[in-house]
Amino acid sequence: MSCCGASGRDIYLPEQATIVRNRPVTALENFIEVRFDSGRDLGHMPGQFVMLSIPGIGEAPISVSSSPDRKGSFEMVVRRVGRLTSALHRLPEGSRIGVRGPYGTHFPVEDGMKGRDVLFITGGIGLVPVRSAIHYVLNRRREYGQVTILYGTKSPAERLFLDELREWSQRKDITYMETVDRGDESWKGNVGVITTLMPKVSIRPDRTTVIVCGPPVMYKFVIVKLYEMNVPQENIYVSLERRMKCGVGKCGHCQINGLYTCLDGPVFRFADVAEVQEAI
Amino acid sequence: MSVRKLSASALKDWVAALVARQPVYAPQAKQDRFDYDLLKRAEDLRLDYDVTILPPKRFLQPPRETILQFRKGSFEPVVEAEPFVLFGVHPYDVVAIGQMDRVFSSDNPDVHYMARRQKATIVASDVQRPSPDVFAGCMGTATVSEGFDVLLTLVNDDYIVDARTEKGEALLKLARGLQEADAVSLGRREQIWKDATRFLRRHDLRCRPQELPDLLDGAWEHPVWKKRAERCYSCGSCVLVCPTCFCFDVRDEVEYDLESGRRVRVWDSCQLPDFAVVAGNHNFRKQRHERYRHRYYRKAKYLWDRYHFIACVGCGRCASACTTKIANPVEVFNTLLEDRP
Repeated sequence: MSCCGASGRDIYLPEQATIVRNRPVTALENFIEVRFDSGRDLGHMPGQFVMLSIPGIGEAPISVSSSPDRKGSFEMVVRRVGRLTSALHRLPEGSRIGVRGPYGTHFPVEDGMKGRDVLFITGGIGLVPVRSAIHYVLNRRREYGQVTILYGTKSPAERLFLDELREWSQRKDITYMETVDRGDESWKGNVGVITTLMPKVSIRPDRTTVIVCGPPVMYKFVIVKLYEMNVPQENIYVSLERRMKCGVGKCGHCQINGLYTCLDGPVFRFADVAEVQEAI
Repeated sequence: MSVRKLSASALKDWVAALVARQPVYAPQAKQDRFDYDLLKRAEDLRLDYDVTILPPKRFLQPPRETILQFRKGSFEPVVEAEPFVLFGVHPYDVVAIGQMDRVFSSDNPDVHYMARRQKATIVASDVQRPSPDVFAGCMGTATVSEGFDVLLTLVNDDYIVDARTEKGEALLKLARGLQEADAVSLGRREQIWKDATRFLRRHDLRCRPQELPDLLDGAWEHPVWKKRAERCYSCGSCVLVCPTCFCFDVRDEVEYDLESGRRVRVWDSCQLPDFAVVAGNHNFRKQRHERYRHRYYRKAKYLWDRYHFIACVGCGRCASACTTKIANPVEVFNTLLEDRP
């Protein structure tokens, strides 16, 4: 056989890292900061993910929430939904974990967004990976046109990054709007699903790049609204979630029809998946 | 490298010499069927087998293999691989191994598979007896011209022994009684190869395999998926016996000290209900017919688009293994062909 690669890096071997911060931010989510033992930067782009390992528990794909501008460590916000994430929540600061990555495609923060208007539409923990792109854009604010951020959660208690939400809402150089599906006594803001915010924003459809990330059910409705707003499919990017076991295009779990979420995604240009039956 | 000939008894002596030297995995009788197993005695080798229960992929991608170890929070690499011989591999299974080679060597090379693959010497064997469901003759896999180290073909009572690689030549150094293959025997082998396409065709696919990706392009909503999947138990047998299925799960196993252990990868199946479930229990292929359809699209379209091969070699194992007889790819594809607009 001519091919070869028995020598070479083991694609499944995680790099040693340490949890430097791990604290609850909602009833279900923890904010987690991780540093590689080697001291290297993750070197990711906004929208990429890592495979995070806890020895003895396993491995799972986790979105990176910090921007690449942050040096020395990276951040994630992890919802407690499965075995690994539950174990992760319980790990004390200083715990050693493993990290592989960064993997996957990223939001087009450079070529597809610079010089253009940007509309971020996020639902629930969909804000977590998008936050990386928002930071990236805000750190280079002058290089982008109008910036609009829409954020929806089920209830006020599920809102993430409260300090940042407050800051965004006060900034004059961006438009920030949020809504909750169901309010409570103290909630004075918008009530309704994310699509109820969309008619309130005025965008220039031909000059706007749209980033969409949220629970599976959200995409269909948001995409329809964007169509009504005349945003071309080429300028819409979605970040999709699938089961993953390897992150490197081998295990077969993350397939969306013929696409591999780990290699061809998680960020897809909507025009490329609009006709893919299993995508949205 | 010249083509040579061995008598059946000299072949047996050669196999005995191989067995004494390194692990040899070869088809042997298992009650009324055949399967690969560690060959202990040359006389247990059954080159007249029709098909093995499981394909030989398990010696390259084992059903369960350690991919790393951990101890006190640190990860240590593990690559398990010892030299071995895969003996008597039918052409369709050789083609399947070639596909696995492509998958595991391209893009992000997989050191675990590749280490095993490099330690393997493959002795292929032309089919002497067709299995009940074989359709390799329709898939272009009835004979093979690459992807093996030695090819054996039974011609009358002798074996034509055709070494194609240095590994194959090295193996033949242990053989006694090799003769140059004569023109008559070689001519007979040509005829066997010609006949194989007809001979290994118990089911008749009514198109060329290269036409399958286009056929599937317009077949997403075809009733065949739901109709056949109604009888699917989601048992995963079709995947388990498939020589071109390579999807896997990854799990951690912990020792009693709760600090050390290993990460293993195990075979998985897209037909099992939880294959596409994400945390939070959303299942991206919840319905049986969605999983059933996925299997045929993966075989004949998705992997074609990515690697340019049809991931079905016509061994017929899935058709035989399926309890409810819905897994024969030829029946599925022929149904789609009949209804093609």
